[in-house]
Amino acid sequence: MRLAIASGKGGTGKTTLAVNLALKASTMMKTVLADLDVEEPNGAIFVGGELQNEKTVYRHTPDWDQEKCTLCGKCTSWCAYNALIKLGDIILVMPNLCHSCYACSELCPDNALPMVASPLGTIKQFKRDELHFTESRLVIGLEQAAPLIGQSLNYLDENYDDYDLQILDSPPGTACSMLEAVRSADFVILVTEPTPFGLHDLKLAVETVRQLKLPFAVVINRDGIGNDDLDKYLKAEGIDVWARIPHQREIAELYSRGEILYDKVEVVDSALDEILKKMEELK
Amino acid sequence: MIVGFTSTGEGWDAKIDPRFGRTDYILLYDEEKDELKAVDNREVSAMAHGVGPKTAQRIHELGVEVLITGNGPGGNAAEVLKNMNVKIYIKAGGMGIREAYEAYKANKLESIGG
Repeated sequence: MRLAIASGKGGTGKTTLAVNLALKASTMMKTVLADLDVEEPNGAIFVGGELQNEKTVYRHTPDWDQEKCTLCGKCTSWCAYNALIKLGDIILVMPNLCHSCYACSELCPDNALPMVASPLGTIKQFKRDELHFTESRLVIGLEQAAPLIGQSLNYLDENYDDYDLQILDSPPGTACSMLEAVRSADFVILVTEPTPFGLHDLKLAVETVRQLKLPFAVVINRDGIGNDDLDKYLKAEGIDVWARIPHQREIAELYSRGEILYDKVEVVDSALDEILKKMEELK
Repeated sequence: MIVGFTSTGEGWDAKIDPRFGRTDYILLYDEEKDELKAVDNREVSAMAHGVGPKTAQRIHELGVEVLITGNGPGGNAAEVLKNMNVKIYIKAGGMGIREAYEAYKANKLESIGG
């Protein structure tokens, strides 16, 4: 089973839930956790573990060959992202805008736009006790989070296809990177908090996973703060709440030290049990 | 000299569109001929991606030598503009076209790059 843990709002506790759930699940079944928040992965702070493998992944963008180019300019009209600009007798390639679709390169009648590789990011593979953990990290300054997430999911397919549980720690928000992270999942847990911001962004996330026709449930973190608008919304929409993790100082303190919670905080452990039971019921 | 403006409309009574890439119109004032011409940029401004570079390419194709705009180009557009011979004046957003032109002539507008 591939389970994505996502949210609309950042900072609701995706990584906290993903790490604790993954570590607990790994004592019962073959589990891998993938940190797909490639622009700011932080799961490794909590998981730690031993580095098993590291690989660089690449992206391909066109490189203009001035010698071969006859300046027909067709490439600039094919590019859906305006990553190719013709200025008189030069063709400018804007790698930041390129989505590596290869259209310009394949269609250029003069073969003047060969695709060249450049580093996109790294995928590191760790092991802590029985848990396997992958961290994907985008090269600083690049914007192509979704392609790296796609390659990270391929990495899971290649290495962990036989695993009972793949947990994906998704990037926040509801933009391309979040969609790429959740769309191959069998089920999505949306982590939220009972605040106006939490609710506002949860609604966006709910709309997103509904559009993707993905089954989902909600976990409420920091339960007890804010107001009851969240509960009213969830009830009105008929959305399942799988667990509630209360707002507690002890949890915040452990978190701030990068510690695992479920072996120390009873309410977290019981929330994980509820989630694991619900996951079992899905089968 | 061809002076270009990012513009909300088609004539002297329009205002400077503060947006560079997503400007609705590009106005061209040919100082020698004393002629004002409007180019509709809405097809470009409605695109999802890479609007800045595309508008920069159009400004190049239109032969603009001086551009008067508002917020100024974003990073991608600036990359393109670096390769062009155009002088850019900013912070004229919301001014009338005539007013902005006069401010430019009186050397009262801030310029960037070029």
